[in-house]
Amino acid sequence: MPVRLWRKPLDAEKVKLPKAEIHILKNQCKGCGFCIQFCPKKVLEESEEINARGVHPPKVVDESKCIICSFCTSVCPDFAIFIVEKPCKEGC
Amino acid sequence: METVMAHPFAKYLREAMMPHIWCSGCGNGIILNCFVQAVDELQMDLNKLVVVSGIGCIGRAAGYVNTNSFHTTHGRPIAFATGIKLANPELEVVIISGDGDLFAIGGNHFIHAARRNIGIKVICANNFNYGMTGGQQGPTTPVEALTTTTPYGNIEHPFNLVHLAAASGATYVARWTTLHVRRLTQSIKKLLQKEGFGFIEVVSPCPEIFGRYNKMRTGLEMMEWFRKVSAIENFSDPAKAEITPERIVVGEFVDIAKISYEKLIHEKIAEINEKKMQW
Ligand SMILES: Cc1ncc(C[n+]2csc(CCOP(=O)(O)OP(=O)(O)O)c2C)c(N)n1
Ligand code: SF4
Ligand SMILES: [Mg+2]
Repeated sequence: MPVRLWRKPLDAEKVKLPKAEIHILKNQCKGCGFCIQFCPKKVLEESEEINARGVHPPKVVDESKCIICSFCTSVCPDFAIFIVEKPCKEGC
Repeated sequence: METVMAHPFAKYLREAMMPHIWCSGCGNGIILNCFVQAVDELQMDLNKLVVVSGIGCIGRAAGYVNTNSFHTTHGRPIAFATGIKLANPELEVVIISGDGDLFAIGGNHFIHAARRNIGIKVICANNFNYGMTGGQQGPTTPVEALTTTTPYGNIEHPFNLVHLAAASGATYVARWTTLHVRRLTQSIKKLLQKEGFGFIEVVSPCPEIFGRYNKMRTGLEMMEWFRKVSAIENFSDPAKAEITPERIVVGEFVDIAKISYEKLIHEKIAEINEKKMQW
């Protein structure tokens, strides 16, 4: 195993990983599925519900797995999803 | 989760024009998204930004951005943009238009604007066909592709847009696909900061009217095709970057400095006026 994987960083106590807050503007979604398919952490999946445009918008499977790469924000053709970093009092 | 927060880029879009007309799985929205993100990251003065489009699906982009914008006639966005830039070189003039608009009916405008090095910036959504009018074959349609006007397969050779732009004298030339959102955004930022004529080709899915005839019914399938066949080769020879079903070379091809036409013309005018004063 590479060193960086078994060695615990010295500042692990101090440094808090940022926590994501995923916002989905459900009714703006046209159901292309890009965010679901291309999320590197597989944080999203298709929901059961049907939105105002008659498609299944994505839903969050596990928000804690999100690394805030914001790829979904950029790849969404409909400006229907974005991520913000949780304010520290809730996130850490 | 119920949301109350507005999208961070909502302020760059005209709310009254939303939702946009683009189909589910269309890449045009991604191009618009990356463009406004680049504008946001550069903290550009929206009063000094002008977006110009021609006619076509992607041509709607000018109407969607919350800046000065011009939705012009088919094939003529470069002509309008040239006028804007020469009249007021302070303005940052960006053209967002289609492959048909810029390279079929507007082909001459493109090569001469590049040759004259007019400091306008062109972002072309290349979806391999005329989307808006029903998926006809155009100057970027790949050989053997099926379209509504080539039902037995296209026999025409397509333009290699990055080669055309480089050969015509553009000072910045790049190609990305709509899957390369990070690199595309960075590339647009670079484009917006160039002095001379710059060009970015964005290979974009049109599942609704191109993909459906070519075994890619959804935007996802078209994006998976990009993922499979695209290769990043920065500063490779644009002449060898022809798009084929097996290979899409992406990256930056040209990034050079050259004095722009509007600088030269205003310098020339000043020079002539000075000479007149001495008479
Ligand atoms: C002078 C003129 N000729 C033809 C048309 C019809 N027309 C409208 S859009 C279009 C092609 C658009 O193709 P492209 O620029 O690739 O845009 P896309 O719809 O594919 O995004 C054509 C031929 C027109 N509007 N005006
Ligand atoms: S026809 Fe094609 S280019 Fe036009 S909006 Fe639909 S998917 Fe996009
Ligand atoms: Mg087109």
